[in-house]
Amino acid sequence: MAIDVDTARKVAKLARIAVPESELSKVAKELSGILKFMERLNEVDVTNVQPMTSVTPMELKLRRDEITDGNQQVSVLANAPDTKEGFFAVPKVVE
Amino acid sequence: MLDLTYDTPKPTTISGAKYDWELVIGLEVHAQVASKAKLFSGASTLFGAEPNSNVAFVDAGMPGMLPVINEECISQAVKTGLGLNAQINLYSAFDRKNYFYPDLPQGYQISQLYHPIVGEGEVLVYLEPGKAKVVRIERIHLEQDAGKSIHDMDPNTSFVDLNRTGVALMEIVSKPDIRSAEEATAYISKLRQIMRYLGTCDGNMQNGNLRADVNISVCRPGDYEKYQTSQDFSNLGTRCEIKNMNSLKFIQQAIDIEARRQIGILESGGTISQETRLYDPDKGETRPMRSKEEAHDYRYFPCPDLLPLNLKQDWVDNISSNLIELPDQKRLRFATDYMLSDYDAGVLTADLETSKYFEAVAKGRDQKLSANWVINELFGRLKRDTDKSITDSPITHSQLGEIIDLITSSEISGKIAKDLFEIVYTEGGSPSEIVDKRGMRQVSNTAEIENALDIIIRENPNQVTKARENPKLAGWFVGQVMKSTGGKANPKLVNELVQKKLVS
Repeated sequence: MAIDVDTARKVAKLARIAVPESELSKVAKELSGILKFMERLNEVDVTNVQPMTSVTPMELKLRRDEITDGNQQVSVLANAPDTKEGFFAVPKVVE
Repeated sequence: MLDLTYDTPKPTTISGAKYDWELVIGLEVHAQVASKAKLFSGASTLFGAEPNSNVAFVDAGMPGMLPVINEECISQAVKTGLGLNAQINLYSAFDRKNYFYPDLPQGYQISQLYHPIVGEGEVLVYLEPGKAKVVRIERIHLEQDAGKSIHDMDPNTSFVDLNRTGVALMEIVSKPDIRSAEEATAYISKLRQIMRYLGTCDGNMQNGNLRADVNISVCRPGDYEKYQTSQDFSNLGTRCEIKNMNSLKFIQQAIDIEARRQIGILESGGTISQETRLYDPDKGETRPMRSKEEAHDYRYFPCPDLLPLNLKQDWVDNISSNLIELPDQKRLRFATDYMLSDYDAGVLTADLETSKYFEAVAKGRDQKLSANWVINELFGRLKRDTDKSITDSPITHSQLGEIIDLITSSEISGKIAKDLFEIVYTEGGSPSEIVDKRGMRQVSNTAEIENALDIIIRENPNQVTKARENPKLAGWFVGQVMKSTGGKANPKLVNELVQKKLVS
Protein backbone atom coordinates (compact mmCIF):
# COMPACT_ATOMS: atom_id res chain seq x y z
CA MET A 1 0.00 0.00 0.00
CA ALA A 2 1.40 3.36 -1.04
CA ILE A 3 0.92 6.56 0.92
CA ASP A 4 0.15 9.62 -1.21
CA VAL A 5 0.77 13.24 -0.27
CA ASP A 6 -2.84 13.78 0.86
CA THR A 7 -2.72 10.81 3.20
CA ALA A 8 0.63 11.97 4.58
CA ARG A 9 -0.85 15.42 5.25
CA LYS A 10 -3.87 13.89 7.01
CA VAL A 11 -1.80 11.53 9.15
CA ALA A 12 0.51 14.38 10.16
CA LYS A 13 -2.45 16.49 11.16
CA LEU A 14 -4.08 13.70 13.17
CA ALA A 15 -0.77 13.12 14.97
CA ARG A 16 -0.38 16.89 15.53
CA ILE A 17 3.04 16.88 13.84
CA ALA A 18 3.85 19.98 11.80
CA VAL A 19 5.19 18.84 8.42
CA PRO A 20 5.89 21.64 5.94
CA GLU A 21 4.11 21.23 2.58
CA SER A 22 7.51 20.95 0.83
CA GLU A 23 8.45 17.95 2.96
CA LEU A 24 5.22 16.00 2.43
CA SER A 25 6.22 14.09 -0.70
CA LYS A 26 9.42 12.94 1.01
CA VAL A 27 7.48 11.83 4.09
CA ALA A 28 4.95 10.04 1.89
CA LYS A 29 7.72 8.16 0.13
CA GLU A 30 9.34 7.14 3.44
CA LEU A 31 6.04 5.94 4.90
CA SER A 32 5.32 3.97 1.74
CA GLY A 33 8.74 2.34 2.05
CA ILE A 34 8.03 1.29 5.65
CA LEU A 35 4.66 -0.17 4.69
CA LYS A 36 6.12 -1.99 1.73
CA PHE A 37 8.77 -3.52 3.96
CA MET A 38 6.10 -4.65 6.45
CA GLU A 39 3.96 -6.06 3.65
CA ARG A 40 6.55 -8.76 3.11
CA LEU A 41 5.15 -10.34 6.29
CA ASN A 42 1.95 -11.05 4.37
CA GLU A 43 3.87 -13.78 2.57
CA VAL A 44 3.85 -15.85 5.77
CA ASP A 45 0.82 -18.10 6.19
CA VAL A 46 -0.57 -17.39 9.68
CA THR A 47 -3.81 -19.35 9.36
CA ASN A 48 -4.64 -20.89 12.76
CA VAL A 49 -1.84 -18.99 14.52
CA GLN A 50 -2.97 -17.02 17.57
CA PRO A 51 -1.62 -13.45 17.71
CA MET A 52 1.33 -13.34 20.08
CA THR A 53 0.95 -10.79 22.84
CA SER A 54 4.03 -11.57 24.87
CA VAL A 55 7.26 -13.48 24.33
CA THR A 56 7.00 -15.08 27.75
CA PRO A 57 3.84 -16.77 29.03
CA MET A 58 2.60 -13.93 31.23
CA GLU A 59 -0.81 -13.05 32.61
CA LEU A 60 -2.14 -9.51 32.86
CA LYS A 61 -1.07 -8.13 36.21
CA LEU A 62 -3.91 -6.88 38.41
CA ARG A 63 -3.97 -4.24 41.14
CA ARG A 64 -6.18 -4.25 44.20
CA ASP A 65 -8.83 -1.58 44.55
CA GLU A 66 -6.91 0.58 46.99
CA ILE A 67 -5.95 4.23 46.95
CA THR A 68 -2.17 4.26 46.74
CA ASP A 69 -1.51 7.35 44.66
CA GLY A 70 -2.52 10.99 44.12
CA ASN A 71 -2.41 14.05 46.41
CA GLN A 72 0.40 15.58 44.37
CA GLN A 73 -1.21 18.55 42.70
CA VAL A 74 2.04 20.53 42.65
CA SER A 75 4.00 17.77 40.88
CA VAL A 76 1.17 17.07 38.43
CA LEU A 77 1.02 20.72 37.42
CA ALA A 78 4.80 21.27 37.50
CA ASN A 79 5.37 20.95 33.73
CA ALA A 80 2.28 22.88 32.65
CA PRO A 81 2.95 26.10 30.71
CA ASP A 82 0.13 27.78 32.62
CA THR A 83 -1.98 26.96 35.67
CA LYS A 84 -4.69 28.74 37.62
CA GLU A 85 -6.12 27.82 41.02
CA GLY A 86 -4.99 24.22 40.77
CA PHE A 87 -6.20 23.77 37.18
CA PHE A 88 -4.26 23.42 33.95
CA ALA A 89 -4.98 26.63 32.04
CA VAL A 90 -5.21 26.02 28.29
CA PRO A 91 -6.28 28.08 25.26
CA LYS A 92 -10.07 28.31 25.18
CA VAL A 93 -11.75 25.21 23.74
CA VAL A 94 -15.47 25.65 23.36
CA GLU A 95 -18.06 23.56 21.64
CA MET B 1 -35.26 -15.65 28.91
CA LEU B 2 -38.05 -13.64 30.45
CA ASP B 3 -41.62 -14.77 30.35
CA LEU B 4 -43.34 -11.76 28.89
CA THR B 5 -46.78 -11.34 30.31
CA TYR B 6 -46.62 -7.79 29.05
CA ASP B 7 -47.70 -6.30 25.76
CA THR B 8 -45.00 -4.83 23.58
CA PRO B 9 -45.83 -1.22 22.75
CA LYS B 10 -46.50 -0.13 19.20
CA PRO B 11 -43.92 2.23 17.74
CA THR B 12 -44.86 5.87 17.99
CA THR B 13 -45.70 7.50 14.70
CA ILE B 14 -44.67 11.08 14.07
CA SER B 15 -46.69 12.88 11.44
CA GLY B 16 -44.58 15.03 9.16
CA ALA B 17 -45.96 17.52 6.67
CA LYS B 18 -46.10 14.84 3.96
CA TYR B 19 -45.60 11.40 5.50
CA ASP B 20 -45.70 9.41 8.71
CA TRP B 21 -42.36 8.58 10.30
CA GLU B 22 -41.03 6.30 13.01
CA LEU B 23 -38.07 6.71 15.34
CA VAL B 24 -35.16 4.30 15.70
CA ILE B 25 -32.86 4.89 18.67
CA GLY B 26 -29.74 3.19 19.95
CA LEU B 27 -28.01 4.27 23.14
CA GLU B 28 -24.45 4.21 24.37
CA VAL B 29 -24.63 4.58 28.12
CA HIS B 30 -21.46 5.49 29.98
CA ALA B 31 -21.66 4.30 33.55
CA GLN B 32 -18.92 5.11 36.03
CA VAL B 33 -17.77 1.92 37.73
CA ALA B 34 -18.15 2.08 41.50
CA SER B 35 -14.59 1.57 42.74
CA LYS B 36 -12.25 3.28 45.18
CA ALA B 37 -9.33 3.65 42.75
CA LYS B 38 -9.15 4.35 39.02
CA LEU B 39 -9.08 1.76 36.21
CA PHE B 40 -5.31 1.79 35.70
CA SER B 41 -3.90 3.77 38.64
CA GLY B 42 -4.10 3.94 42.42
CA ALA B 43 -5.56 7.47 42.49
CA SER B 44 -8.92 8.03 44.18
CA THR B 45 -12.19 8.29 42.24
CA LEU B 46 -13.83 10.50 44.87
CA PHE B 47 -16.04 13.22 43.39
CA GLY B 48 -15.60 16.85 44.33
CA ALA B 49 -11.96 16.79 45.45
CA GLU B 50 -9.54 19.71 45.05
CA PRO B 51 -8.68 20.00 41.30
CA ASN B 52 -5.88 17.73 40.07
CA SER B 53 -5.42 16.17 43.50
CA ASN B 54 -6.72 12.68 42.57
CA VAL B 55 -4.13 12.26 39.85
CA ALA B 56 -1.38 9.68 39.51
CA PHE B 57 1.37 10.17 36.91
CA VAL B 58 -0.27 7.41 34.84
CA ASP B 59 -3.43 9.51 34.63
CA ALA B 60 -1.47 12.62 33.71
CA GLY B 61 0.10 10.75 30.78
CA MET B 62 3.65 11.21 32.05
CA PRO B 63 6.26 9.44 29.89
CA GLY B 64 7.21 5.94 30.97
CA MET B 65 4.24 5.38 33.26
CA LEU B 66 2.53 2.03 32.81
CA PRO B 67 -1.13 1.18 33.44
CA VAL B 68 -1.96 -1.68 35.85
CA ILE B 69 -5.61 -2.74 35.83
CA ASN B 70 -7.82 -2.55 38.93
CA GLU B 71 -9.29 -6.03 39.56
CA GLU B 72 -12.42 -4.59 41.19
CA CYS B 73 -13.33 -2.78 37.95
CA ILE B 74 -13.14 -6.10 36.10
CA SER B 75 -15.48 -7.84 38.52
CA GLN B 76 -17.86 -4.87 38.51
CA ALA B 77 -18.10 -5.05 34.71
CA VAL B 78 -18.69 -8.80 34.85
CA LYS B 79 -21.37 -8.35 37.52
CA THR B 80 -23.09 -5.74 35.37
CA GLY B 81 -22.93 -8.06 32.38
CA LEU B 82 -24.53 -10.86 34.38
CA GLY B 83 -27.21 -8.42 35.57
CA LEU B 84 -28.02 -7.68 31.94
CA ASN B 85 -28.25 -11.40 31.07
CA ALA B 86 -25.23 -10.99 28.87
CA GLN B 87 -22.46 -13.17 27.53
CA ILE B 88 -19.25 -12.79 29.57
CA ASN B 89 -16.19 -12.96 27.34
CA LEU B 90 -13.41 -14.90 29.06
CA TYR B 91 -10.98 -13.31 26.63
CA SER B 92 -10.96 -9.53 26.23
CA ALA B 93 -8.28 -7.00 25.32
CA PHE B 94 -7.55 -3.29 25.44
CA ASP B 95 -7.10 -0.92 22.52
CA ARG B 96 -6.03 2.67 22.14
CA LYS B 97 -8.45 5.18 20.69
CA ASN B 98 -6.31 8.10 19.53
CA TYR B 99 -7.41 11.73 19.59
CA PHE B 100 -6.21 15.02 20.98
CA TYR B 101 -8.14 17.03 23.50
CA PRO B 102 -6.92 19.09 26.46
CA ASP B 103 -8.64 16.81 28.99
CA LEU B 104 -6.97 13.67 27.58
CA PRO B 105 -3.30 13.96 28.51
CA GLN B 106 -2.30 10.54 27.15
CA GLY B 107 -3.44 11.48 23.66
CA TYR B 108 -5.47 8.27 23.59
CA GLN B 109 -8.20 6.61 25.58
CA ILE B 110 -7.67 2.99 26.60
CA SER B 111 -10.85 1.16 25.58
CA GLN B 112 -11.95 -2.24 24.26
CA LEU B 113 -12.95 -2.00 20.61
CA TYR B 114 -12.14 -5.44 19.23
CA HIS B 115 -12.65 -7.72 22.23
CA PRO B 116 -15.07 -6.26 24.82
CA ILE B 117 -15.39 -7.92 28.23
CA VAL B 118 -19.17 -8.38 27.88
CA GLY B 119 -21.08 -9.43 24.77
CA GLU B 120 -24.76 -9.62 23.87
CA GLY B 121 -27.46 -9.41 26.51
CA GLU B 122 -30.94 -8.08 27.05
CA VAL B 123 -33.03 -6.08 29.50
CA LEU B 124 -36.74 -5.91 30.09
CA VAL B 125 -37.90 -2.30 30.09
CA TYR B 126 -41.20 -1.51 31.80
CA LEU B 127 -43.29 1.21 30.23
CA GLU B 128 -46.85 2.14 31.18
CA PRO B 129 -48.69 -0.48 33.32
CA GLY B 130 -49.03 -3.76 31.44
CA LYS B 131 -46.53 -2.75 28.78
CA ALA B 132 -42.88 -3.66 28.56
CA LYS B 133 -40.32 -4.55 25.93
CA VAL B 134 -36.99 -6.26 25.62
CA VAL B 135 -34.06 -4.08 24.56
CA ARG B 136 -31.06 -6.02 23.32
CA ILE B 137 -27.59 -5.12 24.52
CA GLU B 138 -24.81 -5.32 21.95
CA ARG B 139 -21.81 -5.16 24.27
CA ILE B 140 -20.26 -3.61 27.37
CA HIS B 141 -16.65 -2.55 27.34
CA LEU B 142 -14.36 -1.05 29.95
CA GLU B 143 -12.66 2.24 29.21
CA GLN B 144 -11.05 5.27 30.82
CA ASP B 145 -12.99 8.44 31.44
CA ALA B 146 -11.52 11.77 30.29
CA GLY B 147 -10.85 14.79 32.48
CA LYS B 148 -13.09 17.77 32.89
CA SER B 149 -12.78 21.09 31.07
CA ILE B 150 -14.35 24.18 32.56
CA HIS B 151 -15.02 26.98 30.10
CA ASP B 152 -16.84 29.61 32.12
CA MET B 153 -14.25 30.68 34.68
CA ASP B 154 -12.18 32.87 32.37
CA PRO B 155 -12.96 34.57 29.03
CA ASN B 156 -9.75 33.47 27.26
CA THR B 157 -8.77 30.26 29.01
CA SER B 158 -10.29 26.84 29.61
CA PHE B 159 -9.45 25.16 32.91
CA VAL B 160 -8.65 21.45 33.00
CA ASP B 161 -9.07 19.14 35.99
CA LEU B 162 -7.73 15.61 35.61
CA ASN B 163 -9.41 14.14 38.71
CA ARG B 164 -11.85 12.19 36.54
CA THR B 165 -9.15 11.19 34.03
CA GLY B 166 -8.71 7.43 34.09
CA VAL B 167 -11.75 6.64 36.22
CA ALA B 168 -13.28 3.38 34.96
CA LEU B 169 -16.34 3.56 32.76
CA MET B 170 -18.55 0.82 31.42
CA GLU B 171 -19.90 1.70 28.01
CA ILE B 172 -23.16 -0.17 27.56
CA VAL B 173 -24.16 -0.25 23.90
CA SER B 174 -27.74 -1.12 22.97
CA LYS B 175 -29.04 -2.41 19.67
CA PRO B 176 -31.37 -0.02 17.81
CA ASP B 177 -34.40 -1.45 19.63
CA ILE B 178 -35.66 1.76 21.19
CA ARG B 179 -38.57 3.39 19.37
CA SER B 180 -39.53 6.51 21.32
CA ALA B 181 -38.17 9.12 23.71
CA GLU B 182 -40.15 7.52 26.55
CA GLU B 183 -38.63 4.12 25.84
CA ALA B 184 -35.16 5.69 25.83
CA THR B 185 -35.55 7.19 29.28
CA ALA B 186 -37.24 4.04 30.63
CA TYR B 187 -34.33 1.99 29.31
CA ILE B 188 -31.75 4.23 31.00
CA SER B 189 -33.75 4.12 34.24
CA LYS B 190 -33.79 0.32 34.05
CA LEU B 191 -30.02 0.12 33.55
CA ARG B 192 -29.60 2.52 36.44
CA GLN B 193 -31.86 0.41 38.67
CA ILE B 194 -30.00 -2.82 37.86
CA MET B 195 -26.57 -1.25 38.45
CA ARG B 196 -27.68 0.33 41.70
CA TYR B 197 -28.99 -3.07 42.88
CA LEU B 198 -25.65 -4.62 41.97
CA GLY B 199 -23.64 -1.77 43.45
CA THR B 200 -21.64 -1.45 40.23
CA CYS B 201 -22.54 2.20 39.48
CA ASP B 202 -24.20 4.73 41.74
CA GLY B 203 -26.24 6.08 38.81
CA ASN B 204 -25.80 9.71 39.84
CA MET B 205 -26.59 11.55 36.61
CA GLN B 206 -26.06 15.00 38.05
CA ASN B 207 -22.42 14.24 38.83
CA GLY B 208 -22.03 12.75 35.36
CA ASN B 209 -21.64 9.20 36.70
CA LEU B 210 -24.25 8.06 34.19
CA ARG B 211 -24.34 9.72 30.77
CA ALA B 212 -25.61 8.71 27.37
CA ASP B 213 -24.86 9.23 23.71
CA VAL B 214 -28.09 8.96 21.78
CA ASN B 215 -28.13 7.67 18.19
CA ILE B 216 -31.26 8.75 16.36
CA SER B 217 -32.60 8.07 12.90
CA VAL B 218 -36.06 8.15 11.36
CA CYS B 219 -37.66 5.75 8.91
CA ARG B 220 -41.01 5.23 7.19
CA PRO B 221 -43.48 2.76 8.74
CA GLY B 222 -42.58 -0.78 7.69
CA ASP B 223 -38.85 -0.13 7.23
CA TYR B 224 -37.96 -1.12 10.77
CA GLU B 225 -39.71 -4.48 10.40
CA LYS B 226 -37.57 -5.08 7.30
CA TYR B 227 -34.47 -4.36 9.40
CA GLN B 228 -35.73 -6.72 12.10
CA THR B 229 -36.09 -9.68 9.77
CA SER B 230 -32.85 -9.06 7.88
CA GLN B 231 -30.75 -7.23 10.56
CA ASP B 232 -29.70 -5.14 7.56
CA PHE B 233 -29.10 -1.55 8.64
CA SER B 234 -29.59 -0.18 5.13
CA ASN B 235 -33.33 -0.41 5.76
CA LEU B 236 -32.94 2.28 8.41
CA GLY B 237 -32.24 6.00 7.98
CA THR B 238 -28.88 7.69 8.45
CA ARG B 239 -28.31 8.35 12.13
CA CYS B 240 -26.97 11.29 14.07
CA GLU B 241 -25.37 10.92 17.47
CA ILE B 242 -26.17 13.38 20.23
CA LYS B 243 -23.28 13.33 22.66
CA ASN B 244 -22.92 13.42 26.38
CA MET B 245 -26.40 13.79 27.82
CA ASN B 246 -26.75 13.54 31.57
CA SER B 247 -30.39 14.38 32.17
CA LEU B 248 -33.40 12.21 31.33
CA LYS B 249 -35.48 15.31 30.68
CA PHE B 250 -32.98 16.68 28.16
CA ILE B 251 -32.60 13.29 26.48
CA GLN B 252 -36.33 13.18 25.93
CA GLN B 253 -36.38 16.74 24.55
CA ALA B 254 -33.33 16.18 22.35
CA ILE B 255 -34.81 13.06 20.76
CA ASP B 256 -38.04 14.84 19.84
CA ILE B 257 -36.22 17.89 18.49
CA GLU B 258 -33.68 15.86 16.52
CA ALA B 259 -36.42 13.69 15.00
CA ARG B 260 -38.28 16.81 13.84
CA ARG B 261 -35.08 18.20 12.33
CA GLN B 262 -34.37 15.02 10.36
CA ILE B 263 -37.97 14.72 9.15
CA GLY B 264 -37.86 18.35 8.00
CA ILE B 265 -34.71 17.72 5.94
CA LEU B 266 -35.99 14.47 4.42
CA GLU B 267 -39.41 15.86 3.50
CA SER B 268 -37.86 18.81 1.71
CA GLY B 269 -35.81 16.41 -0.40
CA GLY B 270 -32.53 16.64 1.54
CA THR B 271 -30.33 13.90 2.97
CA ILE B 272 -29.09 13.39 6.53
CA SER B 273 -25.34 13.44 6.97
CA GLN B 274 -24.05 11.13 9.67
CA GLU B 275 -22.57 13.40 12.31
CA THR B 276 -22.06 14.07 15.99
CA ARG B 277 -24.29 16.74 17.45
CA LEU B 278 -24.82 18.55 20.73
CA TYR B 279 -28.15 19.40 22.35
CA ASP B 280 -28.56 22.97 23.52
CA PRO B 281 -31.44 23.03 26.01
CA ASP B 282 -31.50 26.84 26.16
CA LYS B 283 -32.05 27.22 22.43
CA GLY B 284 -34.01 23.99 22.09
CA GLU B 285 -31.92 22.77 19.16
CA THR B 286 -29.24 20.26 18.25
CA ARG B 287 -26.17 21.42 16.34
CA PRO B 288 -23.08 19.74 14.89
CA MET B 289 -19.98 19.45 17.09
CA ARG B 290 -17.13 21.19 15.37
CA SER B 291 -14.24 19.38 17.02
CA LYS B 292 -15.47 15.91 16.14
CA GLU B 293 -15.76 16.49 12.39
CA GLU B 294 -12.33 15.28 11.45
CA ALA B 295 -11.49 13.44 14.62
CA HIS B 296 -13.52 10.39 13.65
CA ASP B 297 -10.37 8.69 12.47
CA TYR B 298 -9.38 7.24 15.84
CA ARG B 299 -6.68 4.90 14.50
CA TYR B 300 -7.49 2.18 17.03
CA PHE B 301 -4.79 -0.38 17.72
CA PRO B 302 -4.16 -2.91 20.51
CA CYS B 303 -2.65 -1.20 23.55
CA PRO B 304 0.94 -2.42 23.77
CA ASP B 305 1.09 -1.63 27.50
CA LEU B 306 -1.55 -4.19 28.47
CA LEU B 307 -1.75 -7.94 28.03
CA PRO B 308 -5.11 -9.43 27.12
CA LEU B 309 -7.45 -10.14 30.02
CA ASN B 310 -8.16 -13.84 30.55
CA LEU B 311 -10.92 -14.68 32.99
CA LYS B 312 -11.47 -18.10 34.49
CA GLN B 313 -14.90 -19.63 34.06
CA ASP B 314 -15.13 -20.66 37.73
CA TRP B 315 -14.29 -17.10 38.81
CA VAL B 316 -17.20 -15.85 36.68
CA ASP B 317 -19.43 -18.65 37.99
CA ASN B 318 -18.60 -17.63 41.52
CA ILE B 319 -19.70 -14.03 40.88
CA SER B 320 -22.79 -15.35 39.14
CA SER B 321 -23.85 -17.59 42.01
CA ASN B 322 -23.37 -14.78 44.52
CA LEU B 323 -25.36 -12.26 42.50
CA ILE B 324 -28.14 -10.65 44.51
CA GLU B 325 -31.78 -10.97 43.53
CA LEU B 326 -32.28 -8.67 40.54
CA PRO B 327 -35.17 -6.20 40.16
CA ASP B 328 -37.19 -8.34 37.71
CA GLN B 329 -36.97 -11.45 39.91
CA LYS B 330 -37.80 -9.44 43.00
CA ARG B 331 -40.77 -7.80 41.32
CA LEU B 332 -42.12 -11.17 40.29
CA ARG B 333 -41.54 -12.62 43.76
CA PHE B 334 -43.23 -9.64 45.47
CA ALA B 335 -46.22 -9.95 43.16
CA THR B 336 -46.52 -13.70 43.85
CA ASP B 337 -45.50 -14.01 47.50
CA TYR B 338 -47.17 -10.86 48.78
CA MET B 339 -50.07 -11.04 46.32
CA LEU B 340 -49.44 -7.51 45.12
CA SER B 341 -50.43 -6.01 41.81
CA ASP B 342 -47.61 -5.85 39.27
CA TYR B 343 -47.67 -2.08 39.64
CA ASP B 344 -47.31 -2.16 43.46
CA ALA B 345 -44.58 -4.79 43.18
CA GLY B 346 -42.80 -2.47 40.74
CA VAL B 347 -43.04 0.48 43.11
CA LEU B 348 -41.76 -1.54 46.08
CA THR B 349 -38.80 -2.93 44.13
CA ALA B 350 -37.82 0.37 42.46
CA ASP B 351 -34.68 0.37 44.56
CA LEU B 352 -33.05 -2.05 46.93
CA GLU B 353 -33.56 0.07 50.06
CA THR B 354 -37.29 0.36 49.45
CA SER B 355 -37.65 -3.37 48.92
CA LYS B 356 -35.73 -4.12 52.12
CA TYR B 357 -37.83 -1.67 54.08
CA PHE B 358 -41.06 -3.18 52.78
CA GLU B 359 -39.97 -6.73 53.49
CA ALA B 360 -39.06 -5.78 57.05
CA VAL B 361 -42.49 -4.18 57.56
CA ALA B 362 -44.41 -7.01 55.90
CA LYS B 363 -42.65 -9.80 57.78
CA GLY B 364 -45.30 -11.62 59.83
CA ARG B 365 -47.93 -8.99 59.06
CA ASP B 366 -50.82 -8.47 56.66
CA GLN B 367 -49.09 -8.04 53.31
CA LYS B 368 -51.64 -5.94 51.51
CA LEU B 369 -52.01 -3.64 54.53
CA SER B 370 -48.23 -3.31 54.80
CA ALA B 371 -47.93 -2.50 51.09
CA ASN B 372 -50.65 0.14 51.35
CA TRP B 373 -49.00 1.79 54.32
CA VAL B 374 -45.59 1.85 52.72
CA ILE B 375 -46.82 3.02 49.30
CA ASN B 376 -49.64 5.38 50.21
CA GLU B 377 -48.83 6.76 53.63
CA LEU B 378 -45.05 6.56 53.88
CA PHE B 379 -44.16 7.39 50.24
CA GLY B 380 -46.80 10.10 50.13
CA ARG B 381 -45.46 11.65 53.32
CA LEU B 382 -41.81 11.41 52.18
CA LYS B 383 -42.71 13.05 48.89
CA ARG B 384 -44.40 15.98 50.64
CA ASP B 385 -41.31 16.27 52.82
CA THR B 386 -39.16 17.84 50.05
CA ASP B 387 -38.86 14.53 48.23
CA LYS B 388 -37.06 12.58 50.95
CA SER B 389 -35.89 9.12 50.00
CA ILE B 390 -36.62 5.95 51.93
CA THR B 391 -33.17 6.01 53.52
CA ASP B 392 -34.04 9.39 55.09
CA SER B 393 -37.34 8.12 56.47
CA PRO B 394 -37.85 9.37 60.05
CA ILE B 395 -40.08 6.32 60.65
CA THR B 396 -38.18 3.06 60.91
CA HIS B 397 -39.62 -0.17 59.58
CA SER B 398 -40.20 -1.41 63.12
CA GLN B 399 -42.14 1.74 64.08
CA LEU B 400 -44.34 1.42 60.99
CA GLY B 401 -44.74 -2.29 61.71
CA GLU B 402 -45.91 -1.48 65.22
CA ILE B 403 -48.54 0.94 63.89
CA ILE B 404 -49.82 -1.79 61.57
CA ASP B 405 -49.92 -4.24 64.50
CA LEU B 406 -52.05 -1.77 66.45
CA ILE B 407 -54.49 -1.60 63.52
CA THR B 408 -54.72 -5.37 63.02
CA SER B 409 -55.30 -5.99 66.72
CA SER B 410 -58.11 -3.37 66.57
CA GLU B 411 -56.42 -1.28 69.22
CA ILE B 412 -56.62 1.79 67.02
CA SER B 413 -58.88 2.66 64.12
CA GLY B 414 -57.58 3.26 60.62
CA LYS B 415 -58.27 6.96 60.97
CA ILE B 416 -56.45 7.27 64.29
CA ALA B 417 -53.60 5.27 62.76
CA LYS B 418 -53.04 8.09 60.30
CA ASP B 419 -52.84 10.61 63.13
CA LEU B 420 -50.49 8.30 65.01
CA PHE B 421 -48.34 7.92 61.88
CA GLU B 422 -48.01 11.69 61.63
CA ILE B 423 -47.01 11.97 65.30
CA VAL B 424 -44.38 9.24 65.01
CA TYR B 425 -43.15 10.74 61.73
CA THR B 426 -42.63 14.21 63.14
CA GLU B 427 -41.89 13.52 66.81
CA GLY B 428 -40.58 9.96 66.89
CA GLY B 429 -41.20 7.60 69.80
CA SER B 430 -42.82 4.25 70.38
CA PRO B 431 -46.23 4.01 68.67
CA SER B 432 -47.88 1.94 71.45
CA GLU B 433 -46.63 4.29 74.17
CA ILE B 434 -48.00 7.27 72.24
CA VAL B 435 -51.35 5.52 71.91
CA ASP B 436 -51.47 4.94 75.66
CA LYS B 437 -50.24 8.38 76.67
CA ARG B 438 -52.55 10.30 74.37
CA GLY B 439 -55.61 8.12 74.84
CA MET B 440 -55.85 7.12 71.22
CA ARG B 441 -56.93 3.59 71.85
CA GLN B 442 -60.01 2.53 69.93
CA VAL B 443 -63.24 2.29 71.92
CA SER B 444 -64.45 -1.25 71.51
CA ASN B 445 -66.59 -1.11 74.60
CA THR B 446 -70.15 -1.68 73.37
CA ALA B 447 -71.79 0.08 76.31
CA GLU B 448 -69.74 3.23 75.78
CA ILE B 449 -70.55 3.39 72.06
CA GLU B 450 -74.20 2.57 72.69
CA ASN B 451 -74.36 5.40 75.18
CA ALA B 452 -72.97 7.88 72.65
CA LEU B 453 -75.38 6.62 69.99
CA ASP B 454 -78.37 6.90 72.32
CA ILE B 455 -77.62 10.55 73.03
CA ILE B 456 -77.46 11.31 69.28
CA ILE B 457 -80.69 9.43 68.61
CA ARG B 458 -82.44 11.33 71.40
CA GLU B 459 -81.28 14.72 70.17
CA ASN B 460 -82.09 14.15 66.48
CA PRO B 461 -85.60 12.76 66.13
CA ASN B 462 -85.94 14.05 62.55
CA GLN B 463 -82.86 12.16 61.40
CA VAL B 464 -84.21 9.05 63.09
CA THR B 465 -87.44 9.25 61.10
CA LYS B 466 -85.53 9.76 57.86
CA ALA B 467 -83.22 6.85 58.59
CA ARG B 468 -86.10 4.53 59.26
CA GLU B 469 -87.66 5.50 55.94
CA ASN B 470 -84.43 5.26 54.02
CA PRO B 471 -81.85 2.95 55.64
CA LYS B 472 -79.11 4.47 53.49
CA LEU B 473 -79.28 7.60 55.61
CA ALA B 474 -78.28 5.66 58.74
CA GLY B 475 -74.69 6.37 57.80
CA TRP B 476 -75.16 9.87 59.20
CA PHE B 477 -75.39 8.36 62.70
CA VAL B 478 -72.17 6.42 62.21
CA GLY B 479 -70.43 9.68 61.34
CA GLN B 480 -71.88 11.45 64.38
CA VAL B 481 -70.77 8.70 66.77
CA MET B 482 -67.27 8.78 65.32
CA LYS B 483 -67.23 12.52 65.72
CA SER B 484 -68.43 12.48 69.33
CA THR B 485 -65.83 9.87 70.28
CA GLY B 486 -63.00 11.76 68.61
CA GLY B 487 -62.64 9.10 65.92
CA LYS B 488 -61.77 6.48 68.47
CA ALA B 489 -64.90 4.34 68.28
CA ASN B 490 -64.46 1.01 66.56
CA PRO B 491 -66.25 1.71 63.25
CA LYS B 492 -67.33 -1.90 62.90
CA LEU B 493 -69.10 -1.87 66.26
CA VAL B 494 -70.67 1.51 65.57
CA ASN B 495 -72.07 0.19 62.31
CA GLU B 496 -73.50 -2.89 63.96
CA LEU B 497 -75.19 -0.84 66.69
CA VAL B 498 -76.63 1.69 64.23
CA GLN B 499 -78.01 -1.16 62.12
CA LYS B 500 -79.54 -2.77 65.19
CA LYS B 501 -81.17 0.33 66.59
CA LEU B 502 -82.32 2.16 63.47
CA VAL B 503 -82.61 -0.17 60.56
CA SER B 504 -83.80 -3.55 61.66
